Amino acid sequence: MKRYVYINDNESSHELYCDNRISNRKYTVLNFLPKNLWEQFSRFMNQYFLLIACLQLWSLITPVNPASTWGPLIFIFAVSASKEAWDDYNRYLSDKKANEKLVWVVRQGIRKHIQAQDIHVGNIVWLRENDEVPCDLVLIGTSDPQGLCYVETAALDGETDLKTRVIPSACMGIDFELLHKIKGVIECPNPDKDITRFDANLRLFPPFIDNDVCPLTIKNTILQSCYLRNTEWACGVAVYTGNETKLGMSRGIPEPKLTAMDAMIDKLTGAIFVFQIVVVMVLGIAGNVWKDTEARKQWYVQYPIEGPWYELLVIPLRFELLCSIMIPISIKVSLDLVKSLYAKFIDWDTEMIDYETGIPSHATNTAISEDLGQVEYIMTDKTGTLTENRMIFRRCCISGVFYGNESGDALKDTKLLNAVAGSSPDVVQFLTVMAICNTVVPIKSKTGAISYKAQSQDEDALVNAAAQLHMVYANKTANILEIRFNGSVIKYEVLEILEFTSDRKRMSVVVKDCQNGKIVLLSKGADEAILPYAYVGQQTRTFIEAVEQYAQLGLRTLCLACRELREDEYQEWSLLFKEASSTLVDREWRIAEVCQRLEHDFEVLGVTAIEDRLQDGVPETIETLRKAGINFWMLTGDKQNTAIQIALSCNFISPEPKGQLLLIDGKTEDEVCRSLERVLLTMRITSSEPKDVAFVVDGWALEIALKHYRKAFTELAILSRTAICCRVTPSQKAQLVELLKSCDYRTLAIGDGGNDVRMIQQADIGVGISGREGLQAARAADYSIGKFRFLKRLILVHGRYSYNRTAFLSQYSFYKSLVICFIQIFFSFISGVSGTSLFNSVSLMAYNVFYTSVPVLVSVLDKDLSEGTVMQHPQILFYCQAGRFTVSLPFLAFFPLLYNRASESEYICWMVWSIFVPCNCCVCDHHTCLCLREK
Amino acid sequence: MDTDRERHRARETAFYLFTQQSLPACKPVLTPGWVIAIFLFMGVIFIPVGLVTLRASHCVVEIVDRYDIDCVPEPSRMDKVSYIQDDSIPKNCSRFMKVHKYMKAPIYIYYQLDNYYQNHRRYVKSRSDKQLLDGQKYHDTSYCQPVESNNNRPIVPCGLIAWSLFNDTFEFIREGAELKVNRKNIAWKSDRGHKFGKNVYPFNFQNGTLIGGGKLNPEIPLSDQEDLIVWMRTSALPSFRKLYGRIEEDLDVDDVVVVNLMNNYNTYSFGGKKKLVLSTSSWLGGKNDFLGHACVFVGCSSLTLAIIFVLLHVKYRRPYGDMSYLPWNRKSFSG
Repeated sequence: MKRYVYINDNESSHELYCDNRISNRKYTVLNFLPKNLWEQFSRFMNQYFLLIACLQLWSLITPVNPASTWGPLIFIFAVSASKEAWDDYNRYLSDKKANEKLVWVVRQGIRKHIQAQDIHVGNIVWLRENDEVPCDLVLIGTSDPQGLCYVETAALDGETDLKTRVIPSACMGIDFELLHKIKGVIECPNPDKDITRFDANLRLFPPFIDNDVCPLTIKNTILQSCYLRNTEWACGVAVYTGNETKLGMSRGIPEPKLTAMDAMIDKLTGAIFVFQIVVVMVLGIAGNVWKDTEARKQWYVQYPIEGPWYELLVIPLRFELLCSIMIPISIKVSLDLVKSLYAKFIDWDTEMIDYETGIPSHATNTAISEDLGQVEYIMTDKTGTLTENRMIFRRCCISGVFYGNESGDALKDTKLLNAVAGSSPDVVQFLTVMAICNTVVPIKSKTGAISYKAQSQDEDALVNAAAQLHMVYANKTANILEIRFNGSVIKYEVLEILEFTSDRKRMSVVVKDCQNGKIVLLSKGADEAILPYAYVGQQTRTFIEAVEQYAQLGLRTLCLACRELREDEYQEWSLLFKEASSTLVDREWRIAEVCQRLEHDFEVLGVTAIEDRLQDGVPETIETLRKAGINFWMLTGDKQNTAIQIALSCNFISPEPKGQLLLIDGKTEDEVCRSLERVLLTMRITSSEPKDVAFVVDGWALEIALKHYRKAFTELAILSRTAICCRVTPSQKAQLVELLKSCDYRTLAIGDGGNDVRMIQQADIGVGISGREGLQAARAADYSIGKFRFLKRLILVHGRYSYNRTAFLSQYSFYKSLVICFIQIFFSFISGVSGTSLFNSVSLMAYNVFYTSVPVLVSVLDKDLSEGTVMQHPQILFYCQAGRFTVSLPFLAFFPLLYNRASESEYICWMVWSIFVPCNCCVCDHHTCLCLREK
Repeated sequence: MDTDRERHRARETAFYLFTQQSLPACKPVLTPGWVIAIFLFMGVIFIPVGLVTLRASHCVVEIVDRYDIDCVPEPSRMDKVSYIQDDSIPKNCSRFMKVHKYMKAPIYIYYQLDNYYQNHRRYVKSRSDKQLLDGQKYHDTSYCQPVESNNNRPIVPCGLIAWSLFNDTFEFIREGAELKVNRKNIAWKSDRGHKFGKNVYPFNFQNGTLIGGGKLNPEIPLSDQEDLIVWMRTSALPSFRKLYGRIEEDLDVDDVVVVNLMNNYNTYSFGGKKKLVLSTSSWLGGKNDFLGHACVFVGCSSLTLAIIFVLLHVKYRRPYGDMSYLPWNRKSFSG
């Protein structure tokens, strides 16, 4: 399905597509009550309490005043309904604000100021600098003569750097007045939520000269909720509006996560319910038998000889009501209350504030704190999570010469500086690639200093390093790049940018040297994406050595390469590329294929090595958590050697004699299978030895292992406490989390970038690091922290306390309900099994609310051990997790519990009767004080 | 400097401590010394308390006499139900109670009913508190079913409880002279003052075809009908005592009290027992050995535990706070 957007055609699209009214509301005024009630009643517990409350309206069977159930029930419903209503009202207010904002829209050829909600698909919207974009637009004009504009997409993906957007080539050069009258059609796919793709075509109608089909990409769009920056004005055609924008489509309420404890409580509730039914049936039968044998003899009870038809049901139903207190109605409310307090404690914790950025930790999901104390597997990203993600250019190897090996900093290496000063051609070529093979935007401040806006930290490091080596990337105007080198200015025209994708693992630019008109392809990328494509005859051995040597030091390596293109070769390829870029189906794949045709026969120039330092406290954190019995897996997109080096330096794995690394590799199914079996065998043998064994797997082998040898791999995953998965894609990260979850392990995923979002959402607990790669991960996560080292405190202190407190509170809730219920049941046997309530309504309510619920909430401040003790002996967490057994075996845990409760209430009953009954005969005015309820 | 001090003060505030979960707190560490001391202390406290309580309980003199069978004449014993339901037979009966120990006034007179379910649901619910307070002004007597009205006129007091009022009467004679029995102030003051109306008179009571228990004098307001008030405070257990009156004279050892009673109340149809109880009271109330036994038992077991712990402590002494005893450390020692 496609949609055709007719530019500036007011009539045709009105009925077809929705207007720009945004609505995030769940309810309307009319449907609030039924919808909300329906939602609340879809929970088993609520249905149960409603049934009980309804039965209580029948005065023949109700033992207590119906208010004692209706009151709390209505209270609980009112609390959650008003919370929902408040949230929804706030959503309504923010929608309203967005909907009523005034924007400039072209109507009948004239610009008018209208409300944002009246924008229709096909309208031309004008934006000024710093305006928020009201809907998804296809750019058709900007103030920039080259048709560029800059947008900030922080609200969309959390990245704070500016992105360039460009008008489609067909619209290039249309003047300001004409933009009001422009007509045309945009053929675009139906709304979806992919913010990185927009595969569409534009065709302008005559009288425009260029009315060929012109391909559109995401670079030609500005999406809803972005901000226009550094551009005086821009205008665009609305293609998606209202809730059909990319942002609107991706908005959605994620599945609520259920903690192990919640699941346990639900199971326990179910078990108690079954038990209750049994009790009711036994007592009901006993009651009916007693009634027929004994009660008819008791003249003072005046049982009628012939009762109504439902007579047999009356006594069981009475017992059902009496036993309904077995399931504590207050547990949900109390737990919600304390859980939100746990979340607040995390927000408040001053020891988890990142003082560098001033960002405190934050618990987005308030419901799962106690699961933090139950974590068994931590899946961690490497870059930005374990490391700082602050890239610094350290070393390089240019045509076989190593720079920076002695001092550890190539920028201070006199050899390199001399080479630069002497304009050694190899070095100059290398620096040129460093400076221009990228998507960096240089921004000149008023003082003349140049700063760079880069999307990737690596590119930023390279461009800055090149600048320090006197190859300054000075300016970019449209397609013309300006490079200053040793006082001379060199200009390049960018012809094509072959963007980086994680599949290709390299990016290239095709530039034309403005001095001599030569066309050159400049590439940079991972070693395996560049070195195999070197021209026949080039010696790549030194480069391979360099890559290995750098990786051993834990440095990130990139290979730089170039190739001169013939004019006709470029022209021929350019057509293919254009065609591929305008396909609507599988565009990415097609482009990759076309790129492949150009990216070969490289002349490899050299290797760069960039350092990414470990964050503070990472080794200690990993060691502590490891002692607590938590297993670590590192999932990274980086290459194997780098990953292993980082793993070694942060205590992730131990060096040789103590630790052992097992490699799973192979390119074909058979190889992977053999390697997997070998590793599994070693793992089984060594599992009894106190040796740190870890396995290392790369993305390719992982793909095969997950697809064909899932069972073996799962076994390996269970046996292995440590694993390093390198070269994995975001979806493989998520698959690994899924795999461990399916083995019934509690997993925690921690990451910082957009590529970790899926893994974070998949895991039981997602932790995001609000780092330099933007806030995407932190937004998707349940908890966001500033630094990896806070994880220790999050798990050992907050997680453990939350778990203990919730465990106490829920056990106590069941305990107190069972105690009072068993007193009631024992009383039944001495009151002629007739269903008399021992307690009156007020006492019962007071018992549930004031005596046992509110005071116990104070346990939320309880600390069984001091923070220092737990931090010193993280093994304690492992013993706290032992409580987990009750999760899988609720019934085994349940019966001793019941048994204890039963004997306890028996004891209480006995005490009460034995002490007070005879005592009070004389003390309280010579009567039994234990009196029954009066109506 | 200034900001430093301010920050310092902010740190001091209770809220800050609360948010950091570092409010002052203490947690007792149960070292063997503490545990032994606590058990010893409990033993030392509980045993004397128990002994004192037991002594108080033993001081109470109690005479119990079951009369429900003996008061039925020999020939009627085969069919006690028809005997009790036959109004034409006089129901008086004499019992002799021998005082085996000196009894100090006041001596409380109780009647005790066994196997009588005043706590039956049909029974407890069958009353109207509003009517007891407001009389016929209060019309809704649906709670009183099945004894709510007779001949289309409401019954005051309505309900099964009132209808089944206990109606045996007792007279006490010692050495030919009648013992004065004080029958005032046997009900709760709060009941008399606030639950039973001062201007509410029995009406249409026990006029039906089915006569339950005792009748009420229609001239006396409910707040003064103390037998009714006592009866209407229903008992929680199927075996209970209710106060009948007080003898305000001392009884000496070997005194014989003759009780002339009217055996009107029917407990024969359901096999209930009727007993007459004379009892003195101590500072603890009536006779109750349980409390004393319980205290002595708890005290003794605490002492025993204390001794066991002392022995264990002496035998397996070990230093406190030794990390090597932590389970994970121990495990690694053993391999």
